[in-house]
Amino acid sequence: MSALLQTRDVVVYFGGVIALQDVSFHVESGELLGLIGPNGAGKTTMMRVITGVVTPQSGTVMLDGQDVTKMRVHTRVRLGMGHSHQLVRPFKAMTLLENVALAAGFAKTRVPLRALALTSRAGERRRALELLELLGIADAADSTPATLPLGYLKRLEMARALALEPKLLLLDEPLAGLNHLEARRLADTVVEINESGRTVVLIEHNLGEVLRICSRLVVLDNGRKLGEGDPHEVMADPLVRAAYLGASDAAA
Amino acid sequence: MSIDFGAYEMTLLTTIGIGVTVALSLNLITGFCGQISLGHAAFYGTGAYCAALLTKSGVPFVLALLAGGALAAGVGIIVGLTSLRVRHDFLAITTMGVSFLFVGVVRQQEFLGGEMGVSSIPDHGFGKLGFMLFALAIALAVAVFSIYLKRTWMGYAFDSIADDEDTARTVGIDVGQYKLTAFALGTAIAGIAGGLYAHQVRFISPDSFGFIESITILSMVVIGGIGSVGGIIVAAVVLTMLPQWFQFIEDYKLLLYGGLLFAMMRFSPGGLAALTNKLLKRFAARART
Repeated sequence: MSALLQTRDVVVYFGGVIALQDVSFHVESGELLGLIGPNGAGKTTMMRVITGVVTPQSGTVMLDGQDVTKMRVHTRVRLGMGHSHQLVRPFKAMTLLENVALAAGFAKTRVPLRALALTSRAGERRRALELLELLGIADAADSTPATLPLGYLKRLEMARALALEPKLLLLDEPLAGLNHLEARRLADTVVEINESGRTVVLIEHNLGEVLRICSRLVVLDNGRKLGEGDPHEVMADPLVRAAYLGASDAAA
Repeated sequence: MSIDFGAYEMTLLTTIGIGVTVALSLNLITGFCGQISLGHAAFYGTGAYCAALLTKSGVPFVLALLAGGALAAGVGIIVGLTSLRVRHDFLAITTMGVSFLFVGVVRQQEFLGGEMGVSSIPDHGFGKLGFMLFALAIALAVAVFSIYLKRTWMGYAFDSIADDEDTARTVGIDVGQYKLTAFALGTAIAGIAGGLYAHQVRFISPDSFGFIESITILSMVVIGGIGSVGGIIVAAVVLTMLPQWFQFIEDYKLLLYGGLLFAMMRFSPGGLAALTNKLLKRFAARART
């Protein structure tokens, strides 16, 4: 296996506040990596550095051996990076099917003037329906997002990211806000997606599900990397326990 | 036709054709791609001045028209670049600035006729009827093109940008390229409409392309229903005819259109198109019971 994604010494400041300090980690091709840490650890900032929303003050991000640090969001998407937002961001005026079909047509929207010559959406709509079925929300294919509960929209985010046929799928808290059963089911879907050969980075607060499904963990705390490795070994690390439970509990 | 189809009717229909064209051209930018512009008259004016000066120096009319469209598109792309930096209200203010800038610059230029404008613009040579048909044909072509564009993948991408441009980026849409394309297309068509206008009235001055004209064009788009080709055509026809029939409207244009814009935004943000749909649904529901 080789590193599909590699971040090196990533530093991000917001004003005077350090969000990430010298964070380096890698994602092996084909793995399901959990990126965890307490609130404010810098997980989402890390994700934004990877996707290109936030530009780091220093450090590099490599995707599949290519330096993407200076590239814009849509360019990275076209190099094989798909992501779902923590806060759902559906296209509100489109149905679920149209939301996903637009992403599935990524080859057709690459060049504006070429897009002007293309009208057929049939293939993309078929693909979109398949993905909605995979995520179990095909019953709402023709509904608009405003009428649907959060559970559907979380899955929509994932379906839309998958429609881009990404080499690397970044999921930012896909389970947040879901009840126990929904979370478990969606986590199983993540495993299914990973087993079909897609590399996944999962940012998640739901430690139970993370420990159940991830093959490796990277732990962030206060903008630094605290540890990485086998999930159960990492969670046994006193430093990690201290970050999660507070120093005194860990000492006890 | 039983009514007398005279010179007045032909002039009116020509004016309507030009009005529909320019309203639909703004719709490509504001309606389809979601980029507000309060300075569209500047591109209309760019096309008008360019075409007028060219025909005055002997260039054939159709060629001058196309050159006006090309120059307007060039300026449009430059203004479009600002839309890559600023959004929403700030884009509105920036484009409003473009409107004032255009008038300010043109007023000071000797070769553009300054305050006096450009007069004795050569005849188009099509005859009154021919010119009317030409203007209506262009309006029709732009309407057909708009409906076609909406169905293409470019239209799909525009929808996504108008909806949420950050999310559009996450599905691989090069938002900047698409916005510039929208500005180029919309301003090119506005430039052609400007060239038509210049050769219809054969006299242009900076005031014809000021802020009031920009608001008039925007009113057609908003009152018709942002993004709705049919609604905008109806609004463009009505708003072009009103000042012709009721001269006093000309004097209170800004007040009237401002009020209409406000009323539409407040009571029917989807414009006439949404209002009609709502009424049709209500009638259909009543017919069933």
